[in-house]
Amino acid sequence: MKDFYGTKLETPFMLGTAQYPSPAILSNAFKRSGASVATVSLRREASDAKAGQDFWQLIKELNVHILPNTAGCHTVKEAVTTAHMAREIFGTPWIKLEVIGEEDTLQPDVFGLVEAARILSEEGFQVFPYTTEDLVVADKLVDAGCRVLMPWGAPIGSGMGLNNVFGLRALRSHFPDIPLVVDAGLGLPSQAAQAMELGMDAILLNTAVSKAGDPAKMAEAFALAIRSGQLAEQADPMQPRDMASPSTPLLGKAFLD
Amino acid sequence: MVRGHIEALIFMKNIQVNSENISCQAENLADLLTELNYGDAIVATALNGDFVAQGLRASTPLKDGDRIEILAPMQGG
Repeated sequence: MKDFYGTKLETPFMLGTAQYPSPAILSNAFKRSGASVATVSLRREASDAKAGQDFWQLIKELNVHILPNTAGCHTVKEAVTTAHMAREIFGTPWIKLEVIGEEDTLQPDVFGLVEAARILSEEGFQVFPYTTEDLVVADKLVDAGCRVLMPWGAPIGSGMGLNNVFGLRALRSHFPDIPLVVDAGLGLPSQAAQAMELGMDAILLNTAVSKAGDPAKMAEAFALAIRSGQLAEQADPMQPRDMASPSTPLLGKAFLD
Repeated sequence: MVRGHIEALIFMKNIQVNSENISCQAENLADLLTELNYGDAIVATALNGDFVAQGLRASTPLKDGDRIEILAPMQGG
């Protein structure tokens, strides 16, 4: 597996921490997922509220890598300031960079994304950009200093799966040495397996697990699917063909007419 | 007593913390966190949209109209 800014991940599974029914279920889901990375965020909190402090304690106990995000940021300035605040709190140069450009689809503002990625990379951040599968944007992100790309599968929280398989395949071919993470839009483990079969290096998801009826069980289902897709890709799959080809040898077949 | 109270009022600053209008006596960002009882809570701060590192809070003065953000760790995807 490729490394992520010099870090080898134990498993190619990055799991979000939002929207679980309870902290205990979140913790269970992480344990059953075997996820190597937890995504986290920053929000306002009054001094007498301790939810954020308790949450951070719980995440530290999971013993996974922390990937803070800039979720909800719509401008370069907001995203850059949030990244600085996240680096101080979480003590990591990793940042999942989101600059949102459109509300209905939460599609990234790729122009702002490239600009913010360049600023942050120059300031020593290790940027994980949430982007589309657009090759030209990806090129510009790499030029801006990104050594990981995170194309969406589908809009965040939609559960639609891989909306543009061709685009992801092209991205894989174009950037053979850059770790690619499908981030967002997955709803089912089979979609994660498909992404890994395409040669993606990791999967990042949240809603598909946290909003499942049994998040811990779904977390394990995704872990198995991700591993399955990874093994399949490493096993060099056969090429599909239009015509049938008998799998049972014809040689030695009885003539029973 | 009355004079002290008036002086305190004169030196109160009207600022915004996480979009809420408040009055404070704090002269700088570090004192503001103390005044608002954040204590040892793990938070990050920004002043008028710019990040202020923990080590710079005490040397970051406050003035009327300042907008302060105080953020804590939270769940995220």
